[in-house]
Amino acid sequence: MTSLHKPGAAAGPRTGGPRRRRVRAGLPLPLLLPGVLALAFLLLPLLALLVRAPWRSLPAQLTSTEVWQALQLSLVSATAATAVSLVLGVPLAWLLARTDFPGRGLVRALVTLPLVLPPVVGGVALLLALGRNGIIGKWLDSWFGITLPFTAAGVVVAEAFVAMPFLVISVEGTLRAADPRFEEAATTLGASRFTAFRRVTLPLIAPGIAAGAVLAWARALGEFGATITFAGNFPGRTQTMPLAVYLALQNDPEAAISLSLVLLAVSIAVLAGLRDRWLTGT
Amino acid sequence: MTDIDAPKTGLAPADIREQGLDARLVVERGSFRLDVALAAAPGDVVALLGPNGAGKTTALRALAGLVPLTDGHLRLDGASLERTPAESRPVGVVFQDYLLFPHLSALDNVAFGPRCQGAGKAEARAQAAAWLDRMGLAGHSGAKPRHLSGGQAQRVALARALATRPRLLLLDEPLAALDARTRLEVRAQLRRHLAEFEAVAVLVTHDPLDAMVLADRLVVVEHGRVVQEGAPSDIARHPRTDYIAQLVGLNLYRGAAEGHTVRLDAGPSITTTEVLSGPVFVAFPPVAVTLFRDRPTGASARNLWRCEVAGLETHGDQIRADLTGELPLAADLTTVAAAELDLHPGAAVWATVKATQTHAYPA
Repeated sequence: MTSLHKPGAAAGPRTGGPRRRRVRAGLPLPLLLPGVLALAFLLLPLLALLVRAPWRSLPAQLTSTEVWQALQLSLVSATAATAVSLVLGVPLAWLLARTDFPGRGLVRALVTLPLVLPPVVGGVALLLALGRNGIIGKWLDSWFGITLPFTAAGVVVAEAFVAMPFLVISVEGTLRAADPRFEEAATTLGASRFTAFRRVTLPLIAPGIAAGAVLAWARALGEFGATITFAGNFPGRTQTMPLAVYLALQNDPEAAISLSLVLLAVSIAVLAGLRDRWLTGT
Repeated sequence: MTDIDAPKTGLAPADIREQGLDARLVVERGSFRLDVALAAAPGDVVALLGPNGAGKTTALRALAGLVPLTDGHLRLDGASLERTPAESRPVGVVFQDYLLFPHLSALDNVAFGPRCQGAGKAEARAQAAAWLDRMGLAGHSGAKPRHLSGGQAQRVALARALATRPRLLLLDEPLAALDARTRLEVRAQLRRHLAEFEAVAVLVTHDPLDAMVLADRLVVVEHGRVVQEGAPSDIARHPRTDYIAQLVGLNLYRGAAEGHTVRLDAGPSITTTEVLSGPVFVAFPPVAVTLFRDRPTGASARNLWRCEVAGLETHGDQIRADLTGELPLAADLTTVAAAELDLHPGAAVWATVKATQTHAYPA
């Protein structure tokens, strides 16, 4: 996780030699001390995780059925939630970035609301909307026989609800930065707005979409509050990794540590992937 | 590729008077109002010439359908296009910075239009290859735009616009993105391609040389209005605004003529060879002006003005003196002459012009 701090170091003042030395000598204590404390605060828990990891029993832990089930469910549902976010979120991002409709600012604010909303509240809201007696869930149940809460599909719904805003915001930002005149050029060549989007805009903003998808996927993978509220915690059905970690902590701390290590490894992989491919802007 | 020159849309053969472009473009945007009338026959190349912010590009975008008309009309080969969306107009555009799709090869950029018009992938690519070949770019069909030189990118952009077989070709500052050396070469190529183009071409430029080389007819736009239009040579000889006079390098004055004498609005009178009456323009080139430090004794007192040097700048291998005083004017003289006269800002000079070197024409 130390890589996180590299950009800050690189962004430091680029001054001449003598001056730089003077600045270094005069590093103000009121900034230096809390800064180092913050660094320790952020890194120590992760270090503890590594120190206390039951390295010897780790292979056995990770190959247990329960862990496999949770890991599998997590990966599948996070990927499905990301797919849902892509299919619905990219068009929404396009509407927000490229069209002008009354109340767009408000819509944009509402889209970002799940970013700051406590996930548990999101789960409760989902229950009220899509639950068996929810305002939409009622009809889904009686007309189509579809029940979402406390099912694997419910896990996907909860994760998509929390993760999609990340994708929308990321893609909308990329769209705003992309030159809309390419779409105009496509239009003058006879392309409809949809064709222009599909054949010109989409390939141009692909890196932004990929970055947004990775963020959304990582968010979905770690989703806890909305999932446990809306989908429950049934091993093998709705118990994702974060839920399994929480449960394991109460009766099998070693298993909890092992599972946490897996999630940590995934997070680091995501971060590394993002840094190398998209965030450094190569 | 026999159908390469066929019109892009299935327009019925129209009345011969209904061929070409007939437009009045009115676009209002905040306090800016564009009101420009344009008419051109097939085969015509019209240049919209004007200073930055005159509304040239807005006019072009209105023709392409990228900006809606506030008022006016737009007819192309007899068909009204005001309400036709941009993607359905038989209009091709070469944008100022080309806007080649960076993720597509040169070939696929050119094939984009035919594909949108319903051609199959192989057919569209075959057409695109023929266009690239025509532009002398057969060897670059696989190159991505970022690997093309400015001149090559410009030709790919032209091929891409022509591949839709437009009835109206629009070019926005087609040479502005090129460096001076490439420009010369591309200008000559573009002139050849435009001469071959059988429908109407409208190009926008702020460069009088581009306009005069490429276009049969100039439409000069200032502040959203047409201030003058006509053949390039005519406009060069008879500028009607300061902007055009400066573009073509002439001193221009408005005045009232009576026989050989024109009383200029600026104050003094000027003697001309033409015999005219009523409101006229008088124009003469800066090289026709002769400067003296002391009042010339031998010369006649006609066309002699007391001026002061406001500024000096090199202009090619000449020095251009910007003069104020009785008559504000620009004078060109050699560096030697400038040195001998000891010219410097603030210096008092006498300026004179021979009547035979002036040109007067009705306003």
